[in-house]
Amino acid sequence: MSDFTTAFTSAIGLIAGFDTSLIEIIGLSLRVSLSAVIIGTIIGLPLGAAIAVGRFPGRELLIIVVNAFMGLPPVVVGLIVYLQLSKSGPFGWLQILYTPTAMIIAQMILVTPIVIALTRQFIEDANADYDEALRSLGVHGWAKLVTLITEVRYSLVTVVLAAFGRAIAEVGAVIIVGGNINHVTRVMTTSITLETSKGNLGLALALGVVLMLLALAVNAVAATVRRFAPKAAYA
Amino acid sequence: MLDITAAEIDGKLADAKSSLLPLRVDDLVYELNGVRIIDGVTLRVEPTGCTAIMGYNGAGKSVLVRLLHGLLTPSAGSCRWAGNLSASEISRRQSMVFQVPVLLRRSVEANIDYALSKRGFKAPERARKLEAILHETDLLKLRKRPASVLSSGERQRVALCRALAVEPELVFLDEPTASLDPAATAAIEQILLRAISAGRKLIMVSQSVGQVQRLARDVIFVHRGRIAEHTPIEEFLTTPRSAAARAFIAGELFEE
Amino acid sequence: MLSKLIKIIFIGLCAWTNTAPVYADNPFILLQSTTSTRNSGLYDYLLPIYTNLSGVDIRVVAVGTGQALRNARNGDADVLLVHAKSAEEKFVADGFGVERFDLMYNDFVIIGPGSDPAGVRGLELATAALETIAHAGATFVSRGDDSGTHKKELELWGGTTVEVDSVSGTWYLETGSGMGATLNIATGKDAYTLTDRATWISFQNKQSFEILVEGDPLLFNQYGVIMVNPERHTHVKADLGQAFIDWLLSPAGQNAIATFRVDGQQLFYPNAKR
Repeated sequence: MSDFTTAFTSAIGLIAGFDTSLIEIIGLSLRVSLSAVIIGTIIGLPLGAAIAVGRFPGRELLIIVVNAFMGLPPVVVGLIVYLQLSKSGPFGWLQILYTPTAMIIAQMILVTPIVIALTRQFIEDANADYDEALRSLGVHGWAKLVTLITEVRYSLVTVVLAAFGRAIAEVGAVIIVGGNINHVTRVMTTSITLETSKGNLGLALALGVVLMLLALAVNAVAATVRRFAPKAAYA
Repeated sequence: MLDITAAEIDGKLADAKSSLLPLRVDDLVYELNGVRIIDGVTLRVEPTGCTAIMGYNGAGKSVLVRLLHGLLTPSAGSCRWAGNLSASEISRRQSMVFQVPVLLRRSVEANIDYALSKRGFKAPERARKLEAILHETDLLKLRKRPASVLSSGERQRVALCRALAVEPELVFLDEPTASLDPAATAAIEQILLRAISAGRKLIMVSQSVGQVQRLARDVIFVHRGRIAEHTPIEEFLTTPRSAAARAFIAGELFEE
Repeated sequence: MLSKLIKIIFIGLCAWTNTAPVYADNPFILLQSTTSTRNSGLYDYLLPIYTNLSGVDIRVVAVGTGQALRNARNGDADVLLVHAKSAEEKFVADGFGVERFDLMYNDFVIIGPGSDPAGVRGLELATAALETIAHAGATFVSRGDDSGTHKKELELWGGTTVEVDSVSGTWYLETGSGMGATLNIATGKDAYTLTDRATWISFQNKQSFEILVEGDPLLFNQYGVIMVNPERHTHVKADLGQAFIDWLLSPAGQNAIATFRVDGQQLFYPNAKR
């Protein structure tokens, strides 16, 4: 237990001390994971919504596949992205291996299925409630989809947070495609891995505490938005 | 009112496009998983007043109104509307109130405005209609409230307001007061009576003989997916023709 | 058309993350490296010296020697700094590297719990120590990851009567992980393991563990540096890479390596041949 107390104290010390390399690492973690989540949401939300209300052959199979992809192993995604972006791979000419861009791509691949699957579930549930009323009002197709998305908007905040949680916490993909290069692609999780491998267990744990505080802060912001947005909507 | 109705029924009005009604239903069938829920319904719905649909639970009343409203597609048979209108025009002239009101998570007036905009009403007209219908349904005080905080009586009033706001020729109602207390039921019925006298056609599923007596002009009694009888209200209340309806009115459990 | 579109999207993405190497401010080269040189802190000491001198950033991807060689084979490196001489020579012979240079050395050591249950302390021959551990049935943790250290360990077992493949999972455990992770496992399981001295000295979770066997000539650990062949991978920054290698091999670079200390101890001994 004293390990945790020490870790917590040194975590506070790290944050309070405005350690520049820590700030840099936190900044990169946030930038990479938030970018991945934003792109994943832009792609996943309409797809999830489309699967929720669409009726097409293979739909059930697609849902099973997407749900399964929520459990994609980060290290496998990292490896696949590495093979694509490697100089010997098909996208080597992009020259983005070992850059934050590559990390964003890998995390985006990890979070997009989460966004698709959860969005589909929420919208499908909402559709079961709203379908007749909306059709009765003559609302079909895109207009209906937009209405459903608007109706489940607060649930979608949870979807985005789940995606962010996945992105900020994973290490397997970013360490392969980012390379954990100091000042370039080092993020919180790869730092923790590095410090663990150096035997700096105390520092590693302190960084872990910082990472959890970071996740807590992002969730607190989302909760605040969620709490005050409805009031604004009715103002 | 009555004059116009009579003229339409007789088909003497040259401008038949002005009305959906009368509605002729021919041998309508609806099957789900091999079970015939609606089993050969033929009827004619006249243009004004309130037509009640009554029957035991599971008789097929809700399915029947959904077939008429176009929410379900019949397995066989047809609904033929008067006036040679396009399918979209036919559905544009109807609206529906459900037993459990489905409101959007926004304010009362935003719910009404949503329906108006989806029915293609443009901005200045929309605002005018919104004011009028809120007034008519006594919702002015609640207009800024989020729909989610309303009581069930208020929610149903909003749903009814939304259905009437789009100025439909015909409103379907599926047991709109089934889960409401007497005061909320009375408020809904007041609005319905005003709508009837304003010339709107209502087709309403109801389990309440009293309510039907207060509102309806004729009653369609559905039994096991078929029409047991379709009679004017006075006749239905005093001398129902079918054994099922007689038992229903007497409040007895009908055993065939 | 499609690739043009993808290019536009990625350039946009790069601009937004403002980190694409193509548009980076400082010129840089990519160094695929073994982990011991990074984990010991050598690069934190050495690379800023070179960057100040040349204005060139060195981006280090530190992985096991096996993975570093494979990444470089794929062209994902300008320069390679590893410690598995025969694998390095094969890399050059296969045409993936220009030329291999000896850079520096240190040595491997066998570490274990201070209580030394197998009784190997002070043995002069590494192979004898391994044989003793095997006969005692004491736990031995192996990298098992095709790294330079792993290759060396297998070479040592080759000089004993023990077939480690057949006992893997019993007293012989393959972690498949980096040196640091393997050391954490060894200290956690009271097990023996082979490590390079630099990683061990800078390792912070030693607990009661000590160096038990050292000094056998077989434990010599040579680091080499190779430039990836620009004829094989045309994007390799040959000029920048060669300049970096030239500096490492020069008296200035060699001296910088020699002056690097952890807890007052020298971890790497320069031995470039020119």
